[in-house]
Amino acid sequence: MTALTLTPIRVRARRPVGVTVAAAFLGLVVPAAVLAPLLAPYAPDAIDLSASLAGTSPGHLLGTDSSGQDLLSRVLYGARTSLIAPLLLLAVAALLGVTLGVLAAWRGGWTDAFVSRLTDVMYAFPGLLFTVLIIAVFGTGMTTSVLALGLAYTPTVAKYTRSLALSESRKPYVDAYRVQGMGGARICALYLVPNLGRSVAGYLVVLFGEALMSLATLSYLGFGAQPPSSDWGLMVQEGQASVVQGALLPALVPGTAIALVVVSFNVVGVWAADRLGGRN
Amino acid sequence: MAARILRRLAGFLATLLAASFVIFAAVYAAPGDPAVFLAGGRDDLSPERLVAVRARYHLDEPLVVQYGRWLADCVQLDLGRSFKYGDQVADLISARLPTTVELVAYATVLFVVLGVGSGILAAVRQSTWVDSAVVGGTTLAASVPSFVAAIALVSLFGVQLGWFPVTGTGSGFAGTLHHLTLPALSLALGALALISRVTRQAMADAAASDHVEAARASGVPERDIVRRHVLRNALGPIVTMCGLVMAGMLAGTVVVETAFGISGIGSLLVGAINTHDFPVAQAVLLLMVTGYVVVTTVVDLVHPLLDPRVREEARTA
Amino acid sequence: MLLTLDHLTVDLPGAARPLLDEVSLRVAPGEVVGLVGESGSGKSTTAKAALGLLPGGATASGTVRVGDADVLALTGENLRRHRARTVAMVHQDPRAALNPVRRIGDFLRERGADRTRAVELLAAVGLSDPERRLRQRPHELSGGMLQRVVIAGALAVRPRLLLADEATSALDVTTQAEILALLRTLRAEQGAGMLFITHDLHLAAAYCDRVYVMYAGRVVEERTARALFAGPAHPYTRGLLSCSPTLGDTSRTLLPIPGRPPSLSDSFPGCPFAARCPDAEPECETWRPVAVDLPDGGTTACRRVPAAVPAAAERSTT
Repeated sequence: MTALTLTPIRVRARRPVGVTVAAAFLGLVVPAAVLAPLLAPYAPDAIDLSASLAGTSPGHLLGTDSSGQDLLSRVLYGARTSLIAPLLLLAVAALLGVTLGVLAAWRGGWTDAFVSRLTDVMYAFPGLLFTVLIIAVFGTGMTTSVLALGLAYTPTVAKYTRSLALSESRKPYVDAYRVQGMGGARICALYLVPNLGRSVAGYLVVLFGEALMSLATLSYLGFGAQPPSSDWGLMVQEGQASVVQGALLPALVPGTAIALVVVSFNVVGVWAADRLGGRN
Repeated sequence: MAARILRRLAGFLATLLAASFVIFAAVYAAPGDPAVFLAGGRDDLSPERLVAVRARYHLDEPLVVQYGRWLADCVQLDLGRSFKYGDQVADLISARLPTTVELVAYATVLFVVLGVGSGILAAVRQSTWVDSAVVGGTTLAASVPSFVAAIALVSLFGVQLGWFPVTGTGSGFAGTLHHLTLPALSLALGALALISRVTRQAMADAAASDHVEAARASGVPERDIVRRHVLRNALGPIVTMCGLVMAGMLAGTVVVETAFGISGIGSLLVGAINTHDFPVAQAVLLLMVTGYVVVTTVVDLVHPLLDPRVREEARTA
Repeated sequence: MLLTLDHLTVDLPGAARPLLDEVSLRVAPGEVVGLVGESGSGKSTTAKAALGLLPGGATASGTVRVGDADVLALTGENLRRHRARTVAMVHQDPRAALNPVRRIGDFLRERGADRTRAVELLAAVGLSDPERRLRQRPHELSGGMLQRVVIAGALAVRPRLLLADEATSALDVTTQAEILALLRTLRAEQGAGMLFITHDLHLAAAYCDRVYVMYAGRVVEERTARALFAGPAHPYTRGLLSCSPTLGDTSRTLLPIPGRPPSLSDSFPGCPFAARCPDAEPECETWRPVAVDLPDGGTTACRRVPAAVPAAAERSTT
């Protein structure tokens, strides 16, 4: 038949090559972040104005920024904040989201309606605007950004958890524990939530790439990490001025780092979520 | 049908009221005196200034009354005064809004044409190298934050090749188009990836229907099958998604306008937050949220027109 | 011959047995031929082969001819024209066969009927107010009305061969009778041949000139309708006749065929029906079925039916 023929797209549960490459890359990035003090040739904040905007050279493998700081060293150190901060914000979102979701599913009725209205209101803020509102009120900074984004991701996690918890709470073992006279809170904490763990974890892995992008964006806007941090988003912002002068590395090096790490996490995340049963 | 529209409009108003209340009441979540916060949080505020702020925001009255008065003012486009610029907030916004709307419109054209186009291409050339290229490209595009895309585009097309200007908005239609191409591309990139995938999947789902095989068995030309059966039936999810993504783009301008130094409402919001100009931030947020909720409601109301099945459900519901 | 299938074998990767195994079948111009079997017996695949429509990934050997055209060799525009002009299909579920978002008029126009012809066709299949029907969408019509629309679409190009794939089984009993009568009249008017696919052997025997019975991708018996009814030769055919109820036949006990219909993951070294056959002997498990001629002109593929002459090969040349 002709090439125009359409048949249903097979679900690509595995993409071995892409996943392998992405996982291998992350397998390099994470140890590099941990070992940054050992690997980095310079201190991340070592200013050397005589080497301002130097291109790649044996001394500076990825060049320097306008203050002459070594970009490779900064990106290595920046990997620490850039990777840990999304983890923290997802932890906040998971704590709040799972609590709200399980509560809504378990209690139903009034509680469920309240959580769902709360979710609706937060969904009325597109993109990062809910986070931006919180930052407008509480001021800029990494802590505010992590907490605000954690709050912004809460409805998504809550909604997901609620649907899982709802079907889980109808399983026979829940009734069995009830008959034994066990309280709802105990059943939830000891059995229900642990049983949801795998799926929620899979879902969080998928969210990680997006969380990293969101945080980097906040830092880029000046709302998140503050100088002299080597956060990748902030580095792009600082490097942007040099781009117009023709020095592309200060902005492109951290920018590429963000893109590569996010794409790797997305590829691995979707694959992992399929395995953990975390996707839909 | 009428009942559905009414119900949807009621939901729209409720959401808008709740969201605007959150934006308004956020002042009270801020640490310290709301009057000081609204006046810019500086320590050297004169007592007269604070009195003026208290009067303007009716801070001595109960919260609900304050909110009601604020909302009434907002509806009459009286958005208060910027403490940084000293201008009416409404004037600040109306001067910047056209640029932002142009940017969003341009980006929308780009992501609809390129996103839907590449999605159709991938679906029609399924399981070929074209499909793999589109899927791979969209995976990458979805992972590049818009500010990184902005830097990359500026580096390549602005600085290296010199094809496009790096900042500013230009004048006249051609000038605007020229200046806004890179910003619109950066803004559209993530949306393009999403729409491409939605299109590809919706086409694949539609192609799996029995009536498509029936049409093929009747010797309907393959081009007509793709256009009149597969694409036509996939249109519902595609159009809905395009509408939602376009609505969300207002928020995306915050980043792209900052990256390109474009003076629109997105960069106005960033500036307002960095200078503690809360009335301006409040007004821009309210405008963006309103725009978003309006567009999503319209999309929801338009959906049945594209799909008689949904229309039928809506009628019987 | 209008339709000739000769030793058609269709293989699907991953399946334990062929989807169709050496299926030979004929439909003469103007003839109504029944094709009967349980679901999964390969009857729909057989019919779709006449359209050159094989399941995705399947490979075929043998021949499929409609008139002079070698269907399996057709590609591109020739294949499309064959489907558009020579053969038309009436599907089981009319609601699935019609695009829900397009109008009835679009459906008929797509099958080559202009407006006048479309109105004519809708009137011919007995729909009231055909002008208005053209502007309606599938969800506004009942299942019976939609099947009339599908028949109108199938007849739009005056095909030489009609394929009716369980064309009435999705409809209620009264509507079934109306649609069957309609199909019979219109087919006769246009002089088209018809391959009538059903799981209901009684219906096939009453409605068709000749009947093929299929089991596990093979033809197990081919008889004239009358001969089939009077003396089914294959145990499977006998099983089918005694397990389906007929009107006015209340005294007879219904005897379901024991066991389950074979799936694509079952493979058979011998006769596929042996496991469910009341007359099976140990040798049947290893005997590869060969069709033999029956005295009245039909054929059957059962080891226990005495072979007069091994048949299929000779018959295919006549």
